[in-house]
Amino acid sequence: MKFIKNLFPAFFCAVLLLLFSCNNNKKLPIYGERGTETVKNPDGSTRIDSVYQTIPAFKFLNQDSTYITNDTFKDKIYIADFFFTSCSSICPVMHRNLKTIFDQYKDNKDVMFLSHTIDFKYDKPSVLKKYAQKLGVYGDQWQFVYGTKEEVYSIAEKNYLVAVMEDKNDKDGYVHQGWLVLIDKDKRIRGAYDGTKPEAVAQLAKDIPVLLAEYKK
Amino acid sequence: MRKYLIAALFLLSVSAIIYSCQSAEKIEQDIYYTNGRDLYIKHCQNCHGSKGEGLGALTPPLTDTLYLKKHKQHLACIIKNGLTGPIVVGGKNFDDKMPAFNNLADIDIAQLIVYITNSSGNHQGMYKTEQVTKDLSNCNQ
Repeated sequence: MKFIKNLFPAFFCAVLLLLFSCNNNKKLPIYGERGTETVKNPDGSTRIDSVYQTIPAFKFLNQDSTYITNDTFKDKIYIADFFFTSCSSICPVMHRNLKTIFDQYKDNKDVMFLSHTIDFKYDKPSVLKKYAQKLGVYGDQWQFVYGTKEEVYSIAEKNYLVAVMEDKNDKDGYVHQGWLVLIDKDKRIRGAYDGTKPEAVAQLAKDIPVLLAEYKK
Repeated sequence: MRKYLIAALFLLSVSAIIYSCQSAEKIEQDIYYTNGRDLYIKHCQNCHGSKGEGLGALTPPLTDTLYLKKHKQHLACIIKNGLTGPIVVGGKNFDDKMPAFNNLADIDIAQLIVYITNSSGNHQGMYKTEQVTKDLSNCNQ
């Protein structure tokens, strides 16, 4: 009987340890296509390593009419999305939800936000600036960027895996998906969340600390 | 004793009939309100928010009861034809474009108006479909 009594706290400790180790090991998945490459070990032998899809170099004009590049997001995790200012369907709710995340991570140097406009005709930097201010976003932590149709549409579909297009039949002239794409410091896609669904955005809010923890040493 | 009982029963049933008559209008309003809520979620909520709170300085809130009272006869036109130009709602300036919802039928607009003017702190009661037709004929005035 005494043996069982002693066993119980030991079992409890084991469960606790297991739980802790689980928490520490929790990592977000890595999305996108994968390739392989052959890497040389220090001792001269070779091994196969996987290569993940990453966001390539880019250069866009932001709401302050200055160029931002992929270097602006160096050593940051960021959330990217695609929208346009005159959108009356999903964009307002996407940005309403993203704004709650923005407010939580305001002044966190490791987190940034990047919204691309897909309305290359109308959404010039001055329009984006007005939009940002009206949304209540100041400073440079949340970038609203403008690019040519080719640049933005190609990076959306090939790299962020978000479908965007012009549509003459749509009331607003453009259609796009409402994904909020989470990018890590190594430019890999670590999550995509439906910005129109509060529960998906709540998941994003939970995943950001998990991703940040990966880079804590 | 039996007489009293019958009389009481009679009075009770009469008052029940009167009571149910009075609530017929209330029932119609409730139907409009619930249908209006579905239409609101579909057409309005993205910009105006699930609680009518609006969005920053982009979309005005629907919680300014005085504005809604003052512009009640314009609401149908605003929904049907959209709205541009500067307005002041709840003491804040707004100057963006609200899109037109010209595919909505008069009864849809009536249901939407019943929902909007009886939620988010508003209690303005019923608004009938005939009133929408009337208000829409006066849009340009």
